[in-house]
Order: sequence, then structure tokens, then C-alpha cells
Amino acid sequence: MGGDGRSQVLAAVQAALGRSGEAHAEPSAVRERLERPRANTVPARGRLQQPDLTELFVAQALQAGASVARVAAIEAVPAAVAAFCAEQELPAHAVIAGVGALQGLPWQAAGVSTENRLVQSGDALAVGSAVTGIAETGTLVMLSGPENPVTSSFLPDNHLVVVHARDLLGASEDVWAMLRERGMALPRTVNWITGPSRSGDIEMTMLMGAHGPIRLHVVIIDAANEAP
Amino acid sequence: MSLDTSSRTFPQQVRVARTDANLQQALGKLKFGLTAMRGAAVAKLPEFEQLRHDAAAIRDHTLNHLDHYLLRFEAAVKAHGGHVHFAPDAAAANAIILEICRSVDARKVTKGKSMVTEEIELNAHLEAHGITCLETDLGEYIVQLRKERPSHIVAPAIHVLKEQVAETFAAHHGAAPPGGRGEAAALMAEARSVIRRHFLEADVGITGANFAIAETGTTVIVTNEGNGDLTQSLPKVHIAVTGIEKIVPTLEDASTLIRLLSRSATGQEASVYNTFSTGPRRPEDPDGPEAFHVVLVDNGRSRMLGSVFQDMLRCIRCGACLNHCPVYGQVGGQAYGSVYPGPMGAVLTPSLAGIEAAGHLPNASTFCGACEAVCPVRIPLPKLMRHWREREFDAGLSPRGARFGLALWSFAARRPRLYRLVSRVGASVLALIGGRRGYLAKLPLGRGWTAWRDLPAPAGETFQAAYRRRRRTGAD
Repeated sequence: MGGDGRSQVLAAVQAALGRSGEAHAEPSAVRERLERPRANTVPARGRLQQPDLTELFVAQALQAGASVARVAAIEAVPAAVAAFCAEQELPAHAVIAGVGALQGLPWQAAGVSTENRLVQSGDALAVGSAVTGIAETGTLVMLSGPENPVTSSFLPDNHLVVVHARDLLGASEDVWAMLRERGMALPRTVNWITGPSRSGDIEMTMLMGAHGPIRLHVVIIDAANEAP
Repeated sequence: MSLDTSSRTFPQQVRVARTDANLQQALGKLKFGLTAMRGAAVAKLPEFEQLRHDAAAIRDHTLNHLDHYLLRFEAAVKAHGGHVHFAPDAAAANAIILEICRSVDARKVTKGKSMVTEEIELNAHLEAHGITCLETDLGEYIVQLRKERPSHIVAPAIHVLKEQVAETFAAHHGAAPPGGRGEAAALMAEARSVIRRHFLEADVGITGANFAIAETGTTVIVTNEGNGDLTQSLPKVHIAVTGIEKIVPTLEDASTLIRLLSRSATGQEASVYNTFSTGPRRPEDPDGPEAFHVVLVDNGRSRMLGSVFQDMLRCIRCGACLNHCPVYGQVGGQAYGSVYPGPMGAVLTPSLAGIEAAGHLPNASTFCGACEAVCPVRIPLPKLMRHWREREFDAGLSPRGARFGLALWSFAARRPRLYRLVSRVGASVLALIGGRRGYLAKLPLGRGWTAWRDLPAPAGETFQAAYRRRRRTGAD
């Protein structure tokens, strides 16, 4: 393994492209494309403004088989978790693996017991937070790291994700632009999640809950939804 | 080339497939499943044609600068603490992957769905060296238990009925779980619980990569089940195996291709999980793999570059050409004897395995053009199949009957009077035999056709004769 295979493959590619022999300087077309990444065609549906953007996100998430709740402030998240547990007939218990803002919420008052640890196989419910969502497709965007361990999104039977309406974006291209603008290097994984896990591998019938969460519940913190 | 195919015996395999009642029942669902869902998804996206145009341009640009993008990708992976390995052929790829597995004393490997690892027959190689290899995609898992090959690049077990899945699970898992094995949902739940244990025990996770992004050194997997993510997140090592042509320049380019991929493959506006992996876990990360390797496989791809077959390297493996192909719809994937069936396989398999081994495949097309019409990256598949037919003919590899027929036809076609005479006589004779029924159930020398369907009888008058007559009488 190693160097020999590398030079063999690169030489074959160069020869095929008619660049055999000496090293070739990187063309400006390549350099510019990589240094100033530009979006290709972005569908009109991915270019909406608020409040339409949130409405589209909700519609698309529902379409993808997720359930959605909207609350007025982050303090209301524990009650939304309690409501989800009651509706799904789950014990009012959640694993919150990340170190973020979710930890300090009034869980006890909402009657929800929580554990702060990595999610394990067999956990009924994990609660996490998304950095943004993509309205075009109703997709949650999760960045792996201490605030959001990646296994939280795949091991639990029920995955509940909190996202702020003000953070939602139109299209996935906006996500890349946002990460670059904030100077955020890509984490180990960026996970786009659209609805719960599913498979159509048995006779082309789409069924929910293949290997990942069987249910995906999105809680949107929506300032515009505040009571007058 | 080590791409082991049984494409040589395609005609025999077709005969088997056409008389396999289970297979025919399974294939019957294709039209109402993936094909209809794609149509609905495309109809909801007015920009679909513009996106196809963009996508083909992205792929062309990347392929034309592939050497530079490969170097950029490698540098970016390294910058994040990952490793890149280049494999000229299948044997080299298998050796690299085995070496990585051995370096951590791996005994069990879980796998996400990857066509390239099917192509290089990785599982057999690892198993031969004492490493257990478990497919975790539901369809791949079913096919692995049945010791079969995937019959579709997106839906590997599309040829298997749920009763057959139940039999397979009974043979491998023992007693039925409480939910029984009557319904697809129960079968899926059973597989979920069996495979979950393997995820937790695996030492190495191997996935494919739908795309490899040069800008950031990121590999991308697009799945619905979440098996790829459990495969790559739980073990201590993640190996992504993919072809050298899967490079795309930027994250934005990946966004465009993903939009097309999900819609073209399964008719979803977005697949459930699109995962962008960059390097191993970071020091502050509480989970994720400690090591990240990318294996870039050539295995015949560089030979297609710069050739008339370069356009085939645009392929993003959505499977739409399979779903819309009348030939695939009749015989399924296994008859092709290659991990790449259908129209894309008819072009790719001879490119990778040689025209001697796979010459039948580019002939298995009606040239109806449906494949090209639905291809998200606009690969001119019929044209490429035609190139292979010409090469097969030039190399003297076409069957003797076909060569004789073509020679006869070209003799007549160069003699217009003879051609008109023969076609006039032929058309009248066939019309006479067809009689009032208007079709022929049997035909001398034509059993290859009439064994499966009737031959519509000609009208009795040739096109040229009808044309002349209408000109004379002034009819439309």
C-alpha cells in the first residue's frame, strides 16, 4: 500500500487527460472554484423569506414523516417534551447528551427526568438541538461535537430535536455559506436529517424505523408565535 | 480486471429470469414504485431540467481536472487528520483495507451500502482472512444471507418477495420473534434488532461515499435507514471506499448533486440521512471514530477518462435508468451477471471487465432512450452502448448469427431494388400467415421472439409502397 499505488493512479489519470510527464500547475478554474465556492441553481422554493420560510420548513418536515411542535421560547421545551412523551406513551424521561442550552431548562417543573450522558442503544428518547434547518426539504442540520454527540441522532428509538425558527435557512447552500461566514470549520460530521429512519427494501414498501430513530419530533422555538 | 462477471452467460440467465414467477412478481412492482415516485418528485421541482444541466457541467468540469481535484481532496483529508489511499485495482484496494483492519486487530466489520466494495468483492477477501463482514443495509443484509448478488444498485433485494425474506430469516435467525414473520414491518424490526448488536460489536465500519468533496476533504453518504451512520460512528475506525470519479469540487456542488440523486433514486425530495464526514473525531468530541481512511479505487476508471466512455464517469448511481429500462424490467438485475446491471451497467461493465466478458450487455437494449431521458447527469447511455456494440463487432466478438444477419442486411441495403423486392415479398408472406388474427405465434428462425410474445404481422404493404401510393393518390 501507499506511495506506489498513489503515483500509479495519478499517472494514469494524467495520461488519460493528456497531461503525461511533468507536473502541471493547478489551473485557475480549479483554484477559483475551490477558493470562492459559488452556488449553482437554487430552486425558488429554497429562496423564501420569513415567515414563509418557517411555514415551508414545517410543511416539508411533516411531509417527510416527522412530527412538529411549536413553542414560544426555549423555556417551554420541557413541556413540549412532556407532551410528546404522553402522546407516544413513553415514560417522561429523556437523555440529553450535549452540553448546550438544553441542560439548564426547567425539566423538573415539566415532570421530565433527564440524564446527561451519551445515548445508548435501547434508550427510548434523546433530545438534541440543530444548528439550523433547511426549509426547502424540511431538513435538520446537526453538527457533531460536545454539544451534539453524533450517536444521539441514530441510537434512540425516538429523537426529539430543538431548532430556533430564526436560525432556519432556505436551502442547503445557505448552510455552507453560514458556516463559512461564522468561520466554523466542518466538524467530524454534518448530519442532514429529514424525517425518521426508513427502508423500502422489502417489496418497495417504505416503512419507518429501519436502523435509526422510529420517530423524529421537531420542536421549533418560534418568537413570532409568542402570545400577544 | 478482477471484476468477476457471469455476463458471458447473459442469454441463459435471461431465460431463467423470464420463467421465474417470484422474480416476475417482484419486478411487476417497479413501475408503480420507484418510477412513479420519481415522476411525482420531478413534477414538483420546476428547476429540475436546469439542475440536470448544472449537474452534468459539474461532473464534466471535475473529470476534466480530475488529477488536480484528487490532489486537493487528499490534502484536505490529511489536514483534518485522515488518511487517503489510492488503489489502482481491486486487489490493491482489498489489500489496503485488510491492512487497516489488521492494524487494529479487527475481527468484525460492519458495512454500509457500497457498490464499489461489491465491485472489488471486498467481503470475500476479508472473510478469507478471518474477518467477519456484515452488511447492514436491509436489502444488502437480505442478499448477503441468501448468498446472492444485489440485483439493483439502490434497492439490492428488489428481486426478493417478503415470503422469501421470511424463509431466509427463519434459516438464519431461528425461531420467529413475537411479531411473527408475516409482514414486512415485522421482518424489518427483526433485522433491526439482530443488526443493532453487530453495530455495537464491530471494530471497523466500512461505508461507500456518494461524493468526495475536494474543498474540505469530506466524504458524503446518502441513506434512508441510518445504517451507514451507525456503521461509521460506533467503531474505532471508519473506512470510506469509493471510486476516483466520485470527487466533486465544493460543498455547493454536492448540494446540487444531492438534490438530483434523492429524487432520481427513490422519488424523495430528500433522503433521510445525508452525512458529511471530515476527518476522525476531534479531541473534544465525545464519540465518533478515532481513525478515518478514504480508499480511492481506480479499477479501470482512468481508462474511461479521455475516451468516448468518459461521460459514463458522470454517473451518480441513482438507478433511475434501471427503473425505467424495459429490459431490466423484464429480467431484473441478476441476469446481467454484474454488480452494475441495467443501462448504466451495460456501459460500465464492459469498461471495467472488458468487452469479451460483457459483450452481451450493451446488446440488451431496445434503444428506446428512456435511460438517457431520466438520467440526472444526462449520460448519453444509448450512444455509449452503441459504441460498445461497434467495438464488439469490430473485434469479431458478436455471435455468428448476428454477424451473418448484419452481413445479409447490409448486402441488401446497398441494393435498393433487391431490398424493396425482399421486403415486399416478406411483408406479404408474413401478412398472409398472420391472416385475420394479425399476429404470428410461431415463426421459422424467430423462436427467440415468439417464445415470449406474438409477432405482430406486417400490414402486407411496405412503408415505401404505401408512401408512393399516397403520393400518387394525393392522400395525406
